[in-house]
Amino acid sequence: MKQFIEGSWAMAYAAKLCRPQVVSAYPITPQTHIVEHMAEFVASGELAAESVNVESEHSAASLVLGAQATGVRTFTATSSQGLFLMQEVVFNIAGMRLPVMMVCANRAISAPINIWNDQQDSIALRDAGWVQLYAENNQEALDLIIAGYKIGENPKIMLPIMVCVDGFILTHGMETVDMPTQEEVDKFLPKYNPPYKLDVENPMSLGLLGDPTVYLENRYALHKTLEEVIPEINKVGAEYKKAFGRDSIRLVEEYKLDDAEIALVAMGSVCGSIKDVVDQERAKGAKVGMLKIVSYRPFPGEAIKKALAKVSCVGILDKNISLGAAGAVYTEINSLMAGQNKKVSGFVAGLGGRDITPQTIQEIIKTTKNEVNACKFIGLNKELLWDEFRV
Amino acid sequence: MKELKIFARAGQGAITTAAILGEAFFHQKIYAYAFPNFGAARMGAPMNAFLRYDNNPVRLRSQIYNPDSIIVVDPTLFKSQNCFAGMKDGSVAIIAIREGIKVEAPKNIKVVSLPAEQIAMEIIGRPFSNTVLMGAFCKATGDLKLESLIEAVKIQFADKPEVLDKNIQAVKKGFELGAAS
Repeated sequence: MKQFIEGSWAMAYAAKLCRPQVVSAYPITPQTHIVEHMAEFVASGELAAESVNVESEHSAASLVLGAQATGVRTFTATSSQGLFLMQEVVFNIAGMRLPVMMVCANRAISAPINIWNDQQDSIALRDAGWVQLYAENNQEALDLIIAGYKIGENPKIMLPIMVCVDGFILTHGMETVDMPTQEEVDKFLPKYNPPYKLDVENPMSLGLLGDPTVYLENRYALHKTLEEVIPEINKVGAEYKKAFGRDSIRLVEEYKLDDAEIALVAMGSVCGSIKDVVDQERAKGAKVGMLKIVSYRPFPGEAIKKALAKVSCVGILDKNISLGAAGAVYTEINSLMAGQNKKVSGFVAGLGGRDITPQTIQEIIKTTKNEVNACKFIGLNKELLWDEFRV
Repeated sequence: MKELKIFARAGQGAITTAAILGEAFFHQKIYAYAFPNFGAARMGAPMNAFLRYDNNPVRLRSQIYNPDSIIVVDPTLFKSQNCFAGMKDGSVAIIAIREGIKVEAPKNIKVVSLPAEQIAMEIIGRPFSNTVLMGAFCKATGDLKLESLIEAVKIQFADKPEVLDKNIQAVKKGFELGAAS
């Protein structure tokens, strides 16, 4: 049933419908409302789960790792510095092949301290072995959580899923979301039945020492499994569409790319704003389109190449930067486009909550057409810069 | 697509106002996106809440710079800021006026001023003027049906039946006084 609700509520509700048995998180802005709603669901008895209060994100991640290892479904959520405090455990969760579900309410990184939105936090953890999916709106956030459990828990996959949602813009935004029923989700998502778990009847160990004779193979297997997630996303996407009628579980979304000359590439909520600008530019006769990346890890290189095959200019908008290099998504797409005779440019915008307006996007489209830049910051206030940086 | 910007102080219920109006639009099958001023606000500090609404799903995620309407919950805010900044020609300002505070609006803006706090004190018994202002918004913009708004207020106050009727009365009073001058 469609409802007009807050994003955090929709996400918590989606997690609740998946019946996690252990929930643990440490509150941090802008993730807080998600965790509050989960705690309410547990307190009211609506969700039969153990909700564990912990003293830090490191403990929250450790707790869901341990719980998941005993064979139960779990849920956690965090942001920014909280995700960084979890980092050591985040890599372990993937290495131990535990399909934990985490919502990352994307927020900028200190210093300077900043609670506003960008995507630097999850991008910094892209190499952890998790599946990373980025939502454009709260409907997609809900859909990705429900489908994400199914993707990660496939016995052939057994990988953790991070659903990335733009902090405040989605978590604190209220909009229309179609909420599935418990029956529908129960029908779509089978009971968690892992091929292995910690069990006193059948003792086993997880996360042992992997010496040089086995470590390389271990990482290779993890990498190959992430590659297998690409067809799995398409397969679960088709099942999701059949069950819920929405085409939201996909590697990428193409928007008006068929006859486009210029394509913008982005992830997350800014894709909605870009769609509006694409429509305005098309009304003026410009052949512009957009490619939204939903699955950043695994990186769907073939799907991206195919989607961008016909365009001549590609502008990538990154809400992150690998300092001293360029935006993360730009770097990967630029290498995909090598030898294709396209103009490929990277733009960094929206860091630390700087508003990305239609004018910001228009400037990116114009610059993509007229120039080639690897790492152009958009929207700098030159008055705040040293003279030698005012270029 | 239309855009509303609400000016208030943290704690005066601006987010709830945006949420109720969003729910009301949803009720009449119009898509809405309600969002707060991002960040942390101290009680009493000036803050904004925003609402976009359209017949199609709202995709634009930027803040609002050129509103089609504004609601000013606390007229003392005019002392520190120009709440009319960026307003389009013919746009609507709904202002809760208070004795002793003079507001001069630009000529290209339609102004609805009403003693919303005083009305709230009379009807609800507490200085929560939001439902009065929502009623005035409904009338002044003509974008929202009174029934939809009352429906949304009922949902909002579902667990506070003791104040529901008074708030519906407040909405109706605001609607009565909401004709733009």
